[in-house]
Amino acid sequence: MRKTRVWITAQTELCEGICSLWIKDAEMAREAKPGQFLSLYCEDGSRLLPRPVSICEIRPEEGLLRMVYRVAGAGTEEFSHLSAGDGLEVLGTLGNGYELREGSALLLGGGIGIPPMLALAKALCEKNGKEQVTAVLGYRDANTFLAEAFAPYAQVVIATEDGSVGVRGNVLDAVREKGICAEQIYACGPKPMLRGVKAYAREAGLPAQISLEERMACGIGACLACVCESTKPGEHTHVNNVRICKDGPVFDAEEVEL
Amino acid sequence: MNLKVKIAGVELKNPVMTASGTFGSGQEYVELTDLNRLGAVVTKGVASKPWPGNPTPRIAETYGGMLNAIGLQNPGIDVFVKRDIPFLKQFDTKIIVNVCGHTTEEYLEVVERLAAEDVDLLEINISCPNVKEGGIAFGQDPKAVEAITRAVKDVAGQPVIMKLSPNVTDITEMARAAEAGGADALSMINTLTGMKIDVHRRAFALANKTGGLSGPAIKPVAVRMVWQCAQAVSIPIIGMGGIRTWEDAAEFLLAGATAVSVGTANFFRPNAAAEIAEGLAGYLEEVGAESIYDIIGTVR
Repeated sequence: MRKTRVWITAQTELCEGICSLWIKDAEMAREAKPGQFLSLYCEDGSRLLPRPVSICEIRPEEGLLRMVYRVAGAGTEEFSHLSAGDGLEVLGTLGNGYELREGSALLLGGGIGIPPMLALAKALCEKNGKEQVTAVLGYRDANTFLAEAFAPYAQVVIATEDGSVGVRGNVLDAVREKGICAEQIYACGPKPMLRGVKAYAREAGLPAQISLEERMACGIGACLACVCESTKPGEHTHVNNVRICKDGPVFDAEEVEL
Repeated sequence: MNLKVKIAGVELKNPVMTASGTFGSGQEYVELTDLNRLGAVVTKGVASKPWPGNPTPRIAETYGGMLNAIGLQNPGIDVFVKRDIPFLKQFDTKIIVNVCGHTTEEYLEVVERLAAEDVDLLEINISCPNVKEGGIAFGQDPKAVEAITRAVKDVAGQPVIMKLSPNVTDITEMARAAEAGGADALSMINTLTGMKIDVHRRAFALANKTGGLSGPAIKPVAVRMVWQCAQAVSIPIIGMGGIRTWEDAAEFLLAGATAVSVGTANFFRPNAAAEIAEGLAGYLEEVGAESIYDIIGTVR
């Protein structure tokens, strides 16, 4: 983990408000794991705190990392104006990442929780074979960014809230409608979705690894801003919460209260 | 050129330390900065028992600053003594333990417990609400400031720094009260109480509604208060509030602070405190000063 200035090799807008950013840093690309994130810093001094952004693709042989993020405020708006050749202050790699397990995998990504699922799909495909990986991707509408990128690594099922593409509804509606079965669940998405995933996994008796997000300041586990209530006292905190940035962002669903 | 300063008889290799709550006990920063380059590490506040802290969101960014309402989450003194003190002893830096509590008894329990420990100084956070006095912060009533200072001094095994709250009408009154109670030094300022409202959600940005404002936005307020207190008391002052560069640190020293703490800057430049110490050395050279004491309090 280190803080450094990296070069941007490419940035494109995938659809309105969703940007894809490639950065070059051999060390970070070597150590990155699916489910980890980077902290990105603004140039504008009025915006002090880093923005945590999940890692979407890892290419260690080329020293490249890809991040796909939503323009949600002034900080991400600033990043969206960067282009190839620009520098960007980055801290990483951060967080624990997903544990890659044996067995058939059901990947559930909702909205801006979809990007980290891509790196994960690729890793699980390499480990267990493509036939063992199903990715269910939930979108608001027909802007199904990144969906085609999953095709080499997974069976892809799409759900949209407005029903414009794939199954109408959320990722769990799609899982039920298609009767998808798997031995392991991996999920990332908004909290209501993760609540649903936790309940579904419990009902089905399946282990689920879920990735959480929260407002962060330091990104390294020192400030205790980004905690999530936990079922048992945290190993570091000694109270009933865990640090999303450092102990997570990926947790066993049964470890955390959502 | 000499960067050494003395706080209550404890010599620091340089006048730059980390502000409580922004640096944990240093473990999380070892990959990003060298603790040996710091004058001292001021730990995150520790209480007699584990405190779970506030609901999330606990922080919100503001223009040039941030609000926090962490709620002084900490693992309690038992874990702290076992885990954090041995960790910090590995480094060539001074250890300042920040102490918090809801009642005088809770503060004293921690202070008594630390008396036998190998730490250098205590910093008492008196911005916590006093639950036995209807929740007004200890630091907002001069009588309470003097009383808690005296009570802590009676049982302390180390020199005592009182950390003042800026959320008062006249901070010099609190500084004098702490000095009268026997404080060995002052830390100032703690965060300024603030609020942020999300206009799109029409809701408070923090679950706690209010939070403490820190970061570059508060620096002019902090410099003013340090300058005022430097005229009012004769004990040393550790200045803090929005320090991000060595120039910021130098402002506090010129205003009368003997040392400085770097807080929010650790979140966006984990190496900030070490770099500031280095920058101050360059500044002393530039102005032809031999010791940091040649500049302290020289702007009146």
